[in-house]
Amino acid sequence: MAALAEEPAEVVVKPDPDPDGAAPPQLSPAAAAEGEAAAPGSGGEAAPPKPAPPAPAASPAPTDRQTLLAVLQFLRRSNLREAEDALRREARLLGEEVAAAALSPSAGGAAGTPGGEADAAGGEALLSRVVAAAATSGAAGGSLAAAVPGAAAVVVGAPVKGEKDQPDVSAVLSAYKQQGDPALYEEYYSGLKHFIECALDCHRAELSQLYYPLFVHMYLELVYNQHENEAKSFFEKFHSDQECYYQDDLRVLSSLTKKEHMKGNETMLDFRTSKFVLRISRDSYQLLKRHLQEKQNNQIWNIVQEHLYIDIFDGMPRSKQQIDAMVGSLAGEAKREANKAKVFFGLLKEPEIEVPLDDEDEEGENEEGKPKKKRPKRESMGSKSKKQDPNAPPQNRIPLPELKDSDKLDKIMNMKEALKRVRLGPECLPSICFYTFLNAYQGLTAVDVTDDSSMIVGGFADSTVRVWSVTPKKLRSVKSAADLSLIDKESDDVLERIMDEKTASELKVLYGHSGPVYGASFSPDRNYLLSCSEDGTVRLWSLQTFTCLVGYKGHNYPVWDTQFSPYGYYFVSGGHDRVARLWATDHYQPLRIFAGHLADVTCTRFHPNSNYIATGSADRTVRLWDVLNGNCVRIFTGHKGPIHSLAFSPNGRFLATGATDGRVLLWDIGHGLMVGELKGHTDTVYALRFSRDGEILASGSMDNTVRLWDAVKVFEDLETDDFTTATGHINLPESSQDLLLGTYMSKSTPVIHLHFTRRNLLLASGAYSPQ
Amino acid sequence: MAEEKKLKLSHTLLPAESMKVMAEATGIAQVPEETCQLLADEVSYRIKEIAQDALKFMHMGKRRKLTTGDVDSALKLKNVEPLYGFHAQEFIPFRYASGGGRELYFYEEKEVDLSDIINTPLPRVPLDVCLKAHWLSIDGTQPAIPENPPPAPKEQQKAEATEPLKSTKPGQEENGALKGKGQNAATPDGKGKEKKAPLLEGAPLKLKPRSIHELSVEQQLYYKEITEACVGSCEAKRAEALQSIATDPGLYQMLPRFSTFISEGVRVNVVQNNLALLIYLMRMVKALMDNPTLYLEKYLHELIPAVMTCIVSRQLCLRPDVDNHWALRDFAARLIAQICKNFSTTTNNIQSRITKTFTKSWVDEKTPWTTRYGSIAGLAELGHDVIKTLILPRLQVEGERVRSIMEGPVVSNIDKIGADHVQSLLLVSWGGVAAGGLCIGVAVTEGGSYVCPQLGGGLPPAALVAPGGQAGTDSRACRSQVITFSTSPVGTATSPVTTTVASLQPVVKLVSTAQTAPSATVTGNVQKYIVVSLPPPGEGSKGGPPAQLSPSAPPGLALPSLAPPTSTTIKQEPSDSPQTPASTPTPFGKANGAQGGVAESPQPSQ
Repeated sequence: MAALAEEPAEVVVKPDPDPDGAAPPQLSPAAAAEGEAAAPGSGGEAAPPKPAPPAPAASPAPTDRQTLLAVLQFLRRSNLREAEDALRREARLLGEEVAAAALSPSAGGAAGTPGGEADAAGGEALLSRVVAAAATSGAAGGSLAAAVPGAAAVVVGAPVKGEKDQPDVSAVLSAYKQQGDPALYEEYYSGLKHFIECALDCHRAELSQLYYPLFVHMYLELVYNQHENEAKSFFEKFHSDQECYYQDDLRVLSSLTKKEHMKGNETMLDFRTSKFVLRISRDSYQLLKRHLQEKQNNQIWNIVQEHLYIDIFDGMPRSKQQIDAMVGSLAGEAKREANKAKVFFGLLKEPEIEVPLDDEDEEGENEEGKPKKKRPKRESMGSKSKKQDPNAPPQNRIPLPELKDSDKLDKIMNMKEALKRVRLGPECLPSICFYTFLNAYQGLTAVDVTDDSSMIVGGFADSTVRVWSVTPKKLRSVKSAADLSLIDKESDDVLERIMDEKTASELKVLYGHSGPVYGASFSPDRNYLLSCSEDGTVRLWSLQTFTCLVGYKGHNYPVWDTQFSPYGYYFVSGGHDRVARLWATDHYQPLRIFAGHLADVTCTRFHPNSNYIATGSADRTVRLWDVLNGNCVRIFTGHKGPIHSLAFSPNGRFLATGATDGRVLLWDIGHGLMVGELKGHTDTVYALRFSRDGEILASGSMDNTVRLWDAVKVFEDLETDDFTTATGHINLPESSQDLLLGTYMSKSTPVIHLHFTRRNLLLASGAYSPQ
Repeated sequence: MAEEKKLKLSHTLLPAESMKVMAEATGIAQVPEETCQLLADEVSYRIKEIAQDALKFMHMGKRRKLTTGDVDSALKLKNVEPLYGFHAQEFIPFRYASGGGRELYFYEEKEVDLSDIINTPLPRVPLDVCLKAHWLSIDGTQPAIPENPPPAPKEQQKAEATEPLKSTKPGQEENGALKGKGQNAATPDGKGKEKKAPLLEGAPLKLKPRSIHELSVEQQLYYKEITEACVGSCEAKRAEALQSIATDPGLYQMLPRFSTFISEGVRVNVVQNNLALLIYLMRMVKALMDNPTLYLEKYLHELIPAVMTCIVSRQLCLRPDVDNHWALRDFAARLIAQICKNFSTTTNNIQSRITKTFTKSWVDEKTPWTTRYGSIAGLAELGHDVIKTLILPRLQVEGERVRSIMEGPVVSNIDKIGADHVQSLLLVSWGGVAAGGLCIGVAVTEGGSYVCPQLGGGLPPAALVAPGGQAGTDSRACRSQVITFSTSPVGTATSPVTTTVASLQPVVKLVSTAQTAPSATVTGNVQKYIVVSLPPPGEGSKGGPPAQLSPSAPPGLALPSLAPPTSTTIKQEPSDSPQTPASTPTPFGKANGAQGGVAESPQPSQ
């Protein structure tokens, strides 16, 4: 897959392998040595595994020959004359060469590589490991080695130094295969299963986390080594032990039965390239280690060493529930240190704008006869914006565009509206106005509403973008240049005069994309509109002329989502190529590329302070990226399906995420913790939105319902004591029913967008889909 | 379950044969077996891969259904040219064929004549996308408007009615909340009252939360308009109102009002003998029953008495001799049957209670003819089994009674009309069940025109019912069946005249005068049939001697008289039917489905 060519970018954001003392990388060189010593097959005692720095000097040709020789030897050994001859003829190899090979030191186990890698850091190490892993497992893998010639060379570097005194063919092969007999895999696995089942209750839950990654890697190894039938029976025997939320991955795995298939398979590559992260208490880990050593089960041990990252913590083992809440992503849980970075989640200081006391306002006050009530409110609002939030980033951390006059006017409007805002709460639920798209045969794929709720845009599967005005004010475009020159520029109503009355209509259709439009976003000033599509582009449209201004190319693959920064100018997009990109409207190339997700980036959201970006992905994780330096500062795991919606709370402290599993999870950004789980939806949650004051969280789903949740209640009884913060263990209440304030069902309209107007009226929208 | 599915999935492979076929289709002959196998593996894998990618597009497209477009997109992702020609179809029907032990699924590609396409007028331009706004919720309450789903779905209403305590269980809280909100529609103080519900829930006694029935102003207006239109004089308005009752989803909260309205209305108008209003009210009941969003169980205590009144009341109109109150009785009887069908359970025993009521009033000697008619109509509507167990045994008694009225000296006009109606009703209901396989000779003399049901062979009714009992279905099913009347004894077997039951009644009369006992061959989906009693040889013609079929004929008449034709027909399909319980020689008919079947005596059906 060409998309993966961009994978090295991951290096940029990959948390360093071993900054933490307790983490296993530190453990691995020693442990690896132990493991090998215990394993007679790999003949580790011959030479201590040396750190093998990548040596890309060797040419690919010898590698192939190496492999070939090993295979030939194996064949001879197994009395497979015919095969040997055939192969030899095929390779035009001479007998003596084989003989020579038997004596030569060239054949070697790559047993040293895992240890070596841990020492190497940075991109090279990662790359080498990727490739080493790939090459290692290709037993007679001429084809695979050929596919990654440079990488294979790295592998060769190590074995040459490895075991000089081991001309034994089985040893040679074991280096490729890691461990001999495929028939034993089932035994190993059930042995481990038995061990875990017999473990003490408190450890069992933790240890059972091992099931899935081990299962996957053992299966993949079997497939790599072309033991198709063994792999199949292994899969059949144990796949039902796996947790149900891994089903999607298992389905992908199940279709993989041939080595050739593995080349292009992305899911498979994810497993090979990224370590599966497990969080296990020290006691449980010791137990496991002891068991594996006793049993001399170095097969499993190898996998644990090579493909698993065990994040060990001190203290009580976690309960099954605690574990279940956090696992489920493609690559296990987030490492603890991944969420340690400081995040400035506070809001930026609002620029001070004089709010002119409007006549209309005065009248309103007089009519109501409560002038007192309003005045303090306004003061409080003013003071709030004046005070600097301690958690806020420096004002100019990210350069933001200057406020224009029109922006200021809009802000004033916003404040005025805010005064009329309904104060929501469990006692006062919002009214919901549902905008149904009728006759959307072509499929509605994206919706957005302007902040002032005056326009709605719909992206359709037929490549069109349609903009509706939902106020009596119709959409008009600017007059042509020739006509504009005739206008008296001095007149007061020049802004009105430039508009062409003849073009006034409620609906404008924007043509330009050549594939389904998956995302759309209005700029905060309502002058621009972004849309992204299956055709790999993001387009910027002018809402003055209703024409396309720019097509941003870069993703090359379908772009799933895009969003304007709350301050305009910047925008973010994410797509099938697994990266999210930060753009500025006046640059045709991205400013930042956020890489690290292991699958499609399905949704993107700006933090209200515009300094961070949250992305949700099909790898079932949510990541938070720092716009300033492109680092990944938070990884949230816990969803059991691809993420399809994100929403920041207005105060910037919390993030809500919704996924295909129908659950909404709430996260404390500052502490990097899951703080709530809202269960109730029965299908994908496609829309999430906090009310303007953050009291209510609204969620909209494919199950045709809008649900309202009490956000205040979720967040008020947060236990953010030191222990929780340090360990990341959370105890969530079983039921979220007491948080559910209301369920509103539409007839047959999936809810795909939600929007709170400035006065806290909830707008929902979706396309009517006749059953 | 899901596990099993997946298991299956992991093994799904295209058969190697398909590869061969495809290779041949593209002109490559002689593909080795191994190659086919390899290809099959590879292709299966690729297809799965593409399907998984396509699924991704479906999710992103926010749909539930995978479309061909998704597959195209997935192919595009892999730099494969998409499949052309599968676009417009919403659903691609795969045809199935098998032969020679092979199964084949294919997509039918019809040859398209271009000139046809060119010449056909353009299809209508589809409507453009448009935006429509409605209130999903107003201050946390979902308004009952057509755009919204009914506030309480029928299932929930049902659950509530049948299991009152269930809705207060914590698991169902959300439903409860939804409903609670739906009920106190837009009233400011509704909320306060609703707040009490949780208190009650917490109590050890699980009390059903008090439901509040306050109607909003709009609902009150609606109620007023609808009820006025329903009983008003303008037929067009009434039709609209009834239509509204039958279709509007938001009537749940008004149901108690409607129910009371109907119940009171019937009470008053029965006393005043206002036939028209009673009819209107019954039509309202019908409309309520028709509304798919309403579950009436909770209001049956009001509706059933009202409907029953309209069936069995002694007098429903001012001039019973002229007005057609019979129609109202029939209509109401159908309603009650519908109610029984929908709501009768083993706990509420609606049907048995209703049946009991009908039977009691029917059995009573002093029951007036109007009530008698209503009772029979009510029973007749309740289905086959009821007719067989309750009406048929009394047929003779009733026949006597009718005759005594018809022939008796002191006949009031009203009684006579009543008896007449009862007679025709009995004929109809008998016709329905005749198919059930009872040997009954019914003869109506031309002159006297009275009914004389005779129970065949003097067998106890139970025995007669037994064979047919298995076959019983509702009377409507019978209507569609065919009854064959034979015109001549020999012809019975070979050339039956078939006619549908709908025209049964006149035919019966005709036959009876022709001196042939009706031989009804009914072929229906469930049962086989037939009753024939065809004694007299010779061409049946009008005006023949009625002697044999006179009421005084021995009870055994019907069956023995069948003997002659029997012998001919048995030969036709000897193996087809077992002997009748009465073990009388009987003609055999064709089994199920054969319209031209021969008449015969009861046959146990399968």
